[in-house]
Amino acid sequence: MKKLINDPSNVVEESMKGLARAHADLLRVHFDPNYVVRIDAPRGGKVGVISGGGSGHEPMHSGFVGYGMLDAACPGPIFTSPTPEQVVAAAHAVNGGAGVLFIVKNYTGDILNFDIAAELCRDEGIEVESVLIHDDVAVEDSLYTAGRRGVGLTIFAEKICGAAAEAGLSLAQVAAIGRTVSERGRSMGMALTPCIVPAVGQPTFTLKEDEMEIGIGIHGEPGRQRSRLLRADEITDILATTIFDDLPFRHGSEAIVMVNGMGGTPLMELYIVFRHLAELCDARGIAIRRSLVGNYITSLEMAGCSITMMEVDDELLRWWDAPVRTPALRW
Amino acid sequence: MISNVRVESAVLIDWMLRFADKIVENKEMLTALDAAIGDADHGINMARGMEEVRRRLATYADDDLGALFKTIGMTLLSKVGGASGPLYGTLFLRMGVASVGKSELTDGQFAAALAAGVDGVRQRGSARLGDKTMVDALLPAVVTLQQALDDHASLCDAMEAARRAAEEGMKATIPMQASKGRASYLGPRSIGHQDPGATSAYLLILSAAEAICHATRSDAIAEPHPG
Repeated sequence: MKKLINDPSNVVEESMKGLARAHADLLRVHFDPNYVVRIDAPRGGKVGVISGGGSGHEPMHSGFVGYGMLDAACPGPIFTSPTPEQVVAAAHAVNGGAGVLFIVKNYTGDILNFDIAAELCRDEGIEVESVLIHDDVAVEDSLYTAGRRGVGLTIFAEKICGAAAEAGLSLAQVAAIGRTVSERGRSMGMALTPCIVPAVGQPTFTLKEDEMEIGIGIHGEPGRQRSRLLRADEITDILATTIFDDLPFRHGSEAIVMVNGMGGTPLMELYIVFRHLAELCDARGIAIRRSLVGNYITSLEMAGCSITMMEVDDELLRWWDAPVRTPALRW
Repeated sequence: MISNVRVESAVLIDWMLRFADKIVENKEMLTALDAAIGDADHGINMARGMEEVRRRLATYADDDLGALFKTIGMTLLSKVGGASGPLYGTLFLRMGVASVGKSELTDGQFAAALAAGVDGVRQRGSARLGDKTMVDALLPAVVTLQQALDDHASLCDAMEAARRAAEEGMKATIPMQASKGRASYLGPRSIGHQDPGATSAYLLILSAAEAICHATRSDAIAEPHPG
């Protein structure tokens, strides 16, 4: 293992400290329990938007704390959901009397911990709503799985719910907008190389030089299918058509599109993928209204990419375009 | 032969210390099992939680078993994270509810408390037998424990039978396809791997059997039976 770290057991805390020093104008951090919170929290009368999950996906979630997006993020250990204690403490820190919204990715651990946190918050008089993100089309949505994983669409939900909360909408309204986002977005990812959890020191799976893994999640877990390495356009074909057909994205629909790097892929390659994705959208009559290309939801140093697409209308576009000022997203 | 053991605070703390030892000893093995079908953190997370349980129990002095189980449950809930934290946390919190106000459990009360804990795990995770989860080790154990006690076995013998049932349940997860938790995302590729949750759950039952049988022998030594 070759990593730019000191001690594997301190990576999360040391990274949080660095984040706080680098973005002292936007956020502050709290330890034991660990959470990252907007510098001006709590804001009276504003819904508090909170997300969280395992670390190792930076900039998600802590990099999206700030004006117009998240009020707080709860980073767990690497790839491990945060505890209810962290989430409850963050809820107290951001609650301005209008309640808090949890944006939860569909993983058993995240759901269990956020559910228990919601029960504890309600016991303490804080109103809570949750929005579940489950956009990964690589997972068969059936009785025989825990449902689809929450991946790239989480960024869209955090941006859009954050904008709606900033505008002063009620908890029920912000939650309803979040659920619309959840219904309209789909994602799929692939890996060229695995990642190494610092405390483990070994790759979570192995791939030969000429192999790739299609349908990966974001935790270094193996995907559904291993195949020989294809060219960028062929990979984009697989990811995009699976997404197109799943929602489905019809001729004439409008979309926000993200080509996301898994942490170890050069931006140049991501634009190669975006180029072909745009051609495929053109051919299908899907209008790309807004786009993001970069590393937004990563899996440590994994090489690979994911595509997220959300069908939008003017209202969702308005929330997307609203000002945002966070370490990793600002306009 | 002494068939009764006093299931009191010292025995239950011994159970937890043995469990902590086994989790720490098997940390790499649990993590390796998790790397095959999950996200390679089960051993690390459980070890972090059980080290904290061990630290808190080192100075623990309350006789009330409800409070003891609650302390264990809340510690795991706040230190482990992942799915294991809430699931093991719920197991001990439910055992706590079943033991409130008691400083000693009869054989039947211990079995009932453990069954209540396992029931909590099933509800929280909505997992059934055959889903390739910790329930596959825990449920056969509590069913076998109750049957053995109904057949008038000593608690030590009944726990030994429960341990065997948990071990069989753990091994039975190997050919299963996961339908709960992160392993379910692999579809048929989860087949052929032993479930890490069922494995740590087996260690929990194994530790309980050891602690109870050890206490039984200690009682036998302390109170030699005539003849």
